Formats: sequence, C-alpha cells, structure tokens
Amino acid sequence: MKSYRDVFSELSRQNRAALIPFFVVGDPDFDTSLALVKAAIDAGADILELGIPFSDPIADGPTIQKADIRAARSGMNVRRAMEFIRHVKQYRDIPIGLLMYYNLVCHYGKAEFFRDARDAGVNSVLIADMTIDDADEVLGSVRAAGLDSVFMVTPNTSPERMKQIAAQTTGFIYTVSVLGVTGSRDALSDSVEDLVRRLKSLTDVPVCVGFGISKPEHARAVADAGADGAIIGSRIVGMIEAHLDDPGRAIAEVSAFIKQVKTTLCEA
Amino acid sequence: MKHKGRYGNYGGYYVPEVLIPVLEELEEAFDRFRDDPVFVAELSDLSTHYAGRPTPLYHAKRFSEHVGFKVYLKREDLLHGGAHKVNNTLGQGLLAKYMGKSKLIAETGAGQHGLATAMIGALLGMETKIFMGVTDVERQSVNVHKMKLCGAEVVPVEGGTGTLKDAINDALRYWTSHVTDTFYLFGTAAGPHPYPTIVRHFQSCISREARQQFLDQTGRLPDMVVACVGGGSNAIGAFAHFIDDPDVKLIGVEAGGQGVATGRHAASIVAGTPGVLHGARSYLLQDAEGQVMDTESISAGLDYPGVGPEHCYLSDIGRAQYVAADDAEVLETFGLLTRIEGILPALESTHALAYVAGLKGTLGPETIVMVNLSGRGDKDVGIVEQHRPLE
Repeated sequence: MKSYRDVFSELSRQNRAALIPFFVVGDPDFDTSLALVKAAIDAGADILELGIPFSDPIADGPTIQKADIRAARSGMNVRRAMEFIRHVKQYRDIPIGLLMYYNLVCHYGKAEFFRDARDAGVNSVLIADMTIDDADEVLGSVRAAGLDSVFMVTPNTSPERMKQIAAQTTGFIYTVSVLGVTGSRDALSDSVEDLVRRLKSLTDVPVCVGFGISKPEHARAVADAGADGAIIGSRIVGMIEAHLDDPGRAIAEVSAFIKQVKTTLCEA
Repeated sequence: MKHKGRYGNYGGYYVPEVLIPVLEELEEAFDRFRDDPVFVAELSDLSTHYAGRPTPLYHAKRFSEHVGFKVYLKREDLLHGGAHKVNNTLGQGLLAKYMGKSKLIAETGAGQHGLATAMIGALLGMETKIFMGVTDVERQSVNVHKMKLCGAEVVPVEGGTGTLKDAINDALRYWTSHVTDTFYLFGTAAGPHPYPTIVRHFQSCISREARQQFLDQTGRLPDMVVACVGGGSNAIGAFAHFIDDPDVKLIGVEAGGQGVATGRHAASIVAGTPGVLHGARSYLLQDAEGQVMDTESISAGLDYPGVGPEHCYLSDIGRAQYVAADDAEVLETFGLLTRIEGILPALESTHALAYVAGLKGTLGPETIVMVNLSGRGDKDVGIVEQHRPLE
C-alpha cells in the first residue's frame, strides 16, 4: 500500500506539491460519490481526503454541512464508508486521509475504528474536534493499527505549540489557511504563505494547506510558499451541489477543475 | 490549557485546533478575574442593583398544602430579564469587558439566554449577535423582539432541527472566524472547558443564597433540591452549595417531551449514552451510529441533546438523581401553580415543579423541598394557550 512518505518523496523529486481533493463519502449517493472519486484520481489527485458525514460538523462551513446531510440521507455511515474506501483502493492504490468527528470514532469503538480503517486502505485519520492535548486517547490505537497521525495547525497557533503538534504528527500537518471554518473563498488569506514558511522552518513533517483553497492559483501560491500539498474541499463539493440533477455534469466539472489545478501545480 | 476541565470522565475540550488559543485566553482571564476584588465588587454591585439579587426564597403555602409537604420556591423568575440567565451573562459580560473584547455572541434556545445577553450587551455598550434556531425564533417571537429592542442582531439558524444544538454549532463556527475581538458568552454549564466551570461559578449564587435563607427562615437545610435540566446551568447553580451536604437530595428534572418511551424527548441523562458534542463528553441522545438525534420538548430551553458534564458525573457517582417530566405533566402543573399561587412559571422550570407535584402524598408534612423557579412563564403563555385553550 502506498504511503504518504512514498508520495511526498516522489513529488519532492519532481519539485511539486500534492493535489489533495476532499469529498464527503456518499455525497450525493454511494455510486455517484464513487464515480466522482475515481474521476478525481484519473484527473491527477495524489492523495484523497475523505470525510464521513456527521450530524454536527462544527469545523465545517455551509457547503460541507450540506454535503454531510446529503450523504447521511443517502444512507452513508461508518461501515459503508469502509466499504466505499475498499472500492476506491481496488481502483487505485492512492493514500487516503479520513476526516472525522470524534463522536463517530468513539461510538464505533476507537481500536476497532482505526483497525477497520487501516484494513479498508486508509493511511491516516484526522479528528476535527480533537487536538494534541487529548491525543493520548487515540494515538495508541492509531499506532497499533499502523496508521499515520494528522493534526491541524491554524494561523493563531503559537510557535511552541506548532513544534508540539509536529512532534505528534507522522503523516502531514493539516494547515488551516484562515481563522474560520471550511468554505470557498475568493482570495487566499494573506497570512497563509507566511504561516507555511514559519511551519516549514520548524519541522520536516510534510505540510499541507486546506480551508479556502478554491482556485488553481491558490494551490500554486501555497505550493510556492513551500507547502507539500494543497487540500481542496468546498470548491469541489460546491460543484457536486450545483449539479445534483445531473451527476454526469458534476463529474465532468470536478474532473476538469482537478486537471486544471494539476496543470497549474506542474507548471515550471 | 492549564486544566483539563474534567468531571470524572466527562467534560474536556474537544474542539478544533483554532479554538485552543481562545479557550486558553478565556481560562486564563477567568482564573485571573474570578476573585479579583475590583471585578467581584463590580459584579456584586450590578447583581444587586441591576439584576435584583438576592432573590426571595418563598414558602409556597398553597402548593405545599396541595402536595402535603413544604415547598419553597427560589424565585429566580423575579430577576431582571425573567430568568436565572442574567447571573451568568452579567458575570461573563463583565469578564469580556475586563478582557478587552468589544463584541458578544451567544446561542439561545428559549430566548432567555439570548435576551439576557442582549441586555448585558446594551448595558456594557457591546455589539451583540444572537444565534437562534429558526424553530425557536418562531416559537419564542416575543423574546426575539425584546432582543432586537436591546440592539442585538438575531441570526436565525437553519441547520438540523433549527433548535439550540444548531444555534450552538453556528455560534461556534462564527466564533472561529472572529476569535480576536469576539467573546462567546456561552449560556449553559456545558460546552468545552472552561465554560462548564465558568457558568457554574456565576450561577452558584443561587444555592449560596438559598442555603443561608433556609438556615434563616427554617433553621435547617432542605431535604431535597429540585431543578430542571437542559444544559443544566440553573440546576448546577441550585446544587453547587448543597453538594457537600449529603442529607440534601439533589434532583435534576429533564424534558420528557412526548414521553421517554416514545423516543421524542430531550432527557439526555435519563435515556442517553456517553458521547462527544460541542466540545465536551457528556450523556448524549444519539443513534446507533453516533449521530446526534433530534430532541423534542414543549420548552425550547430544555431542547438540547447533550447536558453539562458535572451533571453526568453527579449522576454516575449517585450524588444527584435525574428524572424526566413529560409535556403533559408540565402543562398540568403550569396550570396548577398559576391557579393556586398566582405565579406563572417558565415551562422549563415547570418540569421541576411537575416532578415535585408528582411526589404528592409520598413525603412527610415536615419535609422541606426547594424548587429552583429558574424563570417566569410570560414568554410561554402563547404555547400554553395553544395546548390548553382557556374555555
């Protein structure tokens, strides 16, 4: 199974950043969602970030909240998400990061959750509502399952805490570009390039940037600042939402957009 | 953070990383100002002259006669704004001011906490935004109007069932985008640390006063203290100074809605299982997957699927007992208290009264029971009229 290390070292040889699209698993339904993810892989995704729908996603803005509701209504749950991931991995061996809310993990059973996620082909789990302060509640099971850990750094994280977060992180640091929740934004935050540089000066752990990366040039800008990857969520999920009556068109638009980002990231 | 904010296995701060620096700042400010003489003096002055403390402890003789034992009502309903909520909003509002914050946000269910925050926003000259579920905006329109009159902006929240839980989600989201100048004035003894501790601190004046009032008026402590529990702020305030008195029974009454057996209720401790919501581990109403469930109660203020962590702990160690009263019992008791005491209780507080009314004939005549009458029922007259129209 391909690891983050494999991907990041390969990309570093090519001197480019990873393209990481985000999807809510099962949005708007199992089959369309799977077709979207496959199209994203074909269009050039290097890593996938996948969310399992939760009733109260406090770190997410309206676009992803609505996707959570669509996916939940279509019958998506943790067990079916594992099955979904198995399908994805059968299609292509691509690293997968899960984005979770803690209650779902606790309810499933922590050890079982991480073990089943690993068995399905997941590389890491980021719990949106858990920080390094409580990491001891999960890290034992994460390591036992052979998963990588991913934690967030935000623009208001102190340098001292950045170091502590880096020390607990084996996968990549999920760097939040703005003070706020997920969502498309017209402009990239002014502070994000500076944030990436500060972080890179403190740690060798790969740094990927998310929240508000909505355009190819945003992805390129964070890559140029030294980021190892760009995570694009709400912009893509918004395309799915815009074409609920025409899944074929949603797939075509998502695919075209990812290709465009990929091209921008690959330009010399 | 200096402390974990745990009550046994419950509480903590399960939040996105972006909130850690602000919660740290809040914890530090609370530690610094809670016993600061200048802060304490200003809060005490406002509590007395603005909010109306101390509140009376009233021996409700006709209600006592009806049930066959002595019932005393702690009259938080007489406070400015009509509920205990002002104890907390004054405390946290002042804390915000001492921290140099210029804006307040809050969530609200029944509108009582929103109103109490709007009042304090006006009093302290701070811009105030209140997040309120669309369902609640509709069923508590009078409070919405009052908040607006106080100059607050009311933000209707559509997600989920449009109730308190969704309002908290959106207030948390807004806060993450405005952490620098905005103080989140959390309304109940739940949410991430340090809120449960802060809210308990500012609400514990209820039991501090009541304890002394019982000694003065009856020469002894009550046998039982009863309070309604949604998130649990009035209840923890009513319990706090009695927790170390093992002979005082503590009873929290949750919202039984259509009846606990129907699944349509908001009785988190009575019928829930441990889970993590809004930054804390507590008993939670959730489905087999861990998705948080919709709740139902006639009282918007109790319509919440989680509950304060200290209540979960008190329940587990057996120090407090939690029960549920359903909507029908509540409406019955609302009519009763109004008729024989001339007091309109808030539907939230009526849950506590309904439990006590249900004890009729089971306790000796010398038994003393305190009910925390956490709010007044003027806001609920329309709802009561809907269910029990006057002939």
